[in-house]
Amino acid sequence: MHKYILKRFLMLVPVLLGVIIIMFTLSEFVPGDPASIILGEGAQPADIARVREEFRLDDPFIIRLLTYAGNVARLDFGISWSTRRPVHEEIFARFPHTIRLATFGIIVALFVGIPLGIIAAIKQYTVFDTGATFFALLGVSIPNFWLGMMLILFFTVQLNLLPATGFIEPAQWIMPTIAISTSSAGIIMRMTRSSMLECIRQDYIRTARAKGQKEFVVILRHALRNALIPVTTTAGLSFGMLLSGAILTETIFAIPGLGRYMVESVLRLDWPTAIGGVLLIAMAFAVVNLFVDILYAFLDPRIRSQYK
Amino acid sequence: MQTKKQGRLAEVWKRLKKSPLAILGMIILTCMVLMALFAGVVAPEVDGMPGYNLQDWGNVRQFPSGENIMGTDHLGRDVFSRIAHGSRISLMIGVLVVTIGITFGLAIGAIAGYYGNIIDNVFMRAIDIFLAVPSILMAIAIVGVLGHGIMPVIVAVGISAIPIYARTIRAQVIIFKEQEFVEAARACGASDFRIITRHILPNCMAPVIVEASMGMASAILAGAGLSFIGLGIQPPVPEWGAMLSEGRQWMLAGYWHLTVFPGMMIALIIFSFNMIGDGLRDALDPKLRSAGFSKRKFKKMQDARAMQMMQDLQAAAEKGGATSNG
Repeated sequence: MHKYILKRFLMLVPVLLGVIIIMFTLSEFVPGDPASIILGEGAQPADIARVREEFRLDDPFIIRLLTYAGNVARLDFGISWSTRRPVHEEIFARFPHTIRLATFGIIVALFVGIPLGIIAAIKQYTVFDTGATFFALLGVSIPNFWLGMMLILFFTVQLNLLPATGFIEPAQWIMPTIAISTSSAGIIMRMTRSSMLECIRQDYIRTARAKGQKEFVVILRHALRNALIPVTTTAGLSFGMLLSGAILTETIFAIPGLGRYMVESVLRLDWPTAIGGVLLIAMAFAVVNLFVDILYAFLDPRIRSQYK
Repeated sequence: MQTKKQGRLAEVWKRLKKSPLAILGMIILTCMVLMALFAGVVAPEVDGMPGYNLQDWGNVRQFPSGENIMGTDHLGRDVFSRIAHGSRISLMIGVLVVTIGITFGLAIGAIAGYYGNIIDNVFMRAIDIFLAVPSILMAIAIVGVLGHGIMPVIVAVGISAIPIYARTIRAQVIIFKEQEFVEAARACGASDFRIITRHILPNCMAPVIVEASMGMASAILAGAGLSFIGLGIQPPVPEWGAMLSEGRQWMLAGYWHLTVFPGMMIALIIFSFNMIGDGLRDALDPKLRSAGFSKRKFKKMQDARAMQMMQDLQAAAEKGGATSNG
């Protein structure tokens, strides 16, 4: 098991290095001169020269890339072009909001998606199944930014019940969490359904029924426990999607998270900050996936025994 | 050959028809396509001004009425005219993004899957890297380089869609390249190119078609999302995401129609592609019986199976009896 974890962890390094190289190379092609972006319109040539020196913009590309990669390894994402403060201070201050939103989202998605998936599977080909599938597809299809706006229109503008912005008090959590969770809930429901359908056709389920076990126990203890193993992978992937999907939800609800800050940075042409945000989310995404894969191996005794 | 192909298509169509959700999706999509085709009729050009951009300053932010069925926006433009023209943009984004994704994904996936070893490793590690960045972030980064507008959005979303197609096709190619008909083609002296394009790829299409339908949905969503946050298509182009972003300023003031309608269109078109894709997945894969399978038919099939089993048992018993007698 330790070997497996170590191997998976080492495989992360080249992938993240690749992401750094791609993102850094992309930022090279961004139109405009960095020094004039940093200084703003009408900067003096002397200032431009000083800034180019300060930000080491005249070093060869490969040197800057290697320096940047080395810094990122120590979680230092360079200096922001707009605030001229270290990027990591800004993004680490905002990331917890994004993580919290994504965590709430995935919890709600699991609590809605798994029961719906179970019902759809055990009542296959009935109106429950079609209905649950309909709602799952609807959840996947509604853009989270539009759903957020519709919730604001209804609960804030019409009923004046919930605050439209912020993410501090529990009342402020409700709408962003609903908005962000629907697509994951739909995906998790579909996954639970197909995984359950496979499980309840297995021989051991027939055995459990044959020995006279209650149907309730058969479904929840015998079938569900095995059916949930593939769902963990889906949930992990969904969590990664929620981290990036938070960009739009945060914009709607004015949540001071990383996603909204990244969008503002791109609009301000503050590339070090935007790239830093992308890298941080990619890292979090990779770590979550690694964690889920390990969990998967841990939950499935067949895989676990291979890595003893 | 031709008849066999038609037969397979007809069979898929027959199964697809059984899924009520897929039918609903096709109806919605047909309406969208009709709207895109007739946008010029719904909102014709006046004095060289495109129909979606006609401003009427004496008639701003009107709620829906008989005159303007979806109301007017802050410049007095008819929302329905803009939505009708916007359907062209959304459909174009969807079609072109999927075209980019499939073209490159097909090439990368086929080469990686067919040749295996080092080539496969190199391509797949590159794909891993691209998949490590959530696709909307990748699209944002690429749009930053390319600038705003329709083409940059299509290219950015298209590039970020390639890895998924490449992976799907690679997995299929690996399955089919070991099959006997490929061996036979190779024995006949067919070139690698011919084997891949004529023998392997036509067999790999089922999951690609499903992926393409779902891909249309996610491409349109990504395009609308980028435009919504101001990084994609800019006003006054009547892209639905950009319209939402404009309408958002008037939302808290109670002008609901400026956000309800454009968003509803985005949701509907995505919904239709998802439902069609879901239906196609079941229809193309006979092993997964479709969701539209009625309970009665299932019961009938169970009865038939039970009958068959009983007949088999009887036959076996008779046979057993016969041998013991003999």
